[in-house]
Amino acid sequence: MVVWTDFERTTIQDIFSKINYAVVGQAAFSRCLIVYPWTQRYFGGFGNLYNAAAITSNPRVASHGKVIMEALEKAVKDMDNIKATYAELSALHSEKLQVDPDNFMLLGDCLTIVVASQLGKAFTAEVHAAFQKFLAVVVSSLRKQYY
Amino acid sequence: MSLTEKDKAAVKALWAKISKSVDAIGAEALGRMLLVYPQTKTYFSHWPDLTPGSAPVVSHGKQIMGGVTEAVSKIDNLRGGLLELSELHAFKLRVDPSNFKILAQTIMVVVAAMFPNDFTPEAHVAFDKFLAAVALGLSERYR
Repeated sequence: MVVWTDFERTTIQDIFSKINYAVVGQAAFSRCLIVYPWTQRYFGGFGNLYNAAAITSNPRVASHGKVIMEALEKAVKDMDNIKATYAELSALHSEKLQVDPDNFMLLGDCLTIVVASQLGKAFTAEVHAAFQKFLAVVVSSLRKQYY
Repeated sequence: MSLTEKDKAAVKALWAKISKSVDAIGAEALGRMLLVYPQTKTYFSHWPDLTPGSAPVVSHGKQIMGGVTEAVSKIDNLRGGLLELSELHAFKLRVDPSNFKILAQTIMVVVAAMFPNDFTPEAHVAFDKFLAAVALGLSERYR
């Protein structure tokens, strides 16, 4: 059972209320494809991913980035039941999409960097720690249904 | 994943923008690492104060970035150029090399927060590769 402090709850709600899902989603997801190019293996149908410029301007990358943020919002809205919230998504990633779960934190790291660049000084060490804890719980829940 | 000439140019370009702030970046990155990844505290049990901004954290953060600065100057030969530092980490400090990735991520988060316009995706991939190469250089003498 994950125990969240009041500070952590407020911080996570606050971050997600401040960020633009379309902007942050596109930025984080495209960064993941650029910085960790092997992650492109899961997106063969997305068209032109040949270089950073192509990835950054790819409309399917942009729309999928938003999808990811909307899925993260489900966890934000019910922080005490993240494992249950992601049971279906976990099975999907394992059985249908067959994504190596080590990739989850690669996207998490890119998201952290994008949020840090958006919030600047407001992304204090304590806020960073809360965000990292949130991501760790999300990643752990997404790994739960893997066999 | 060796550094291409393009990577080295990108790292040097980014470094030119951030080099005046390396001490601050180091202090911030180390302090954050201890808070965000608490398992790393095990290497600093001899310090009286592990909180961000404390004297040992600030001074050691500066020391670490001194090492990264040295690595930038030796970017054409990280394996050979970091042998002394590698021996220090291998035989004296005995830091598990998986922690190098953790500190690298923290450094990049700090750079992104302080220099959002300069830490573009292109700069990010080059810097990530560079820090990974530094980690490899530091691991050289481990076994």
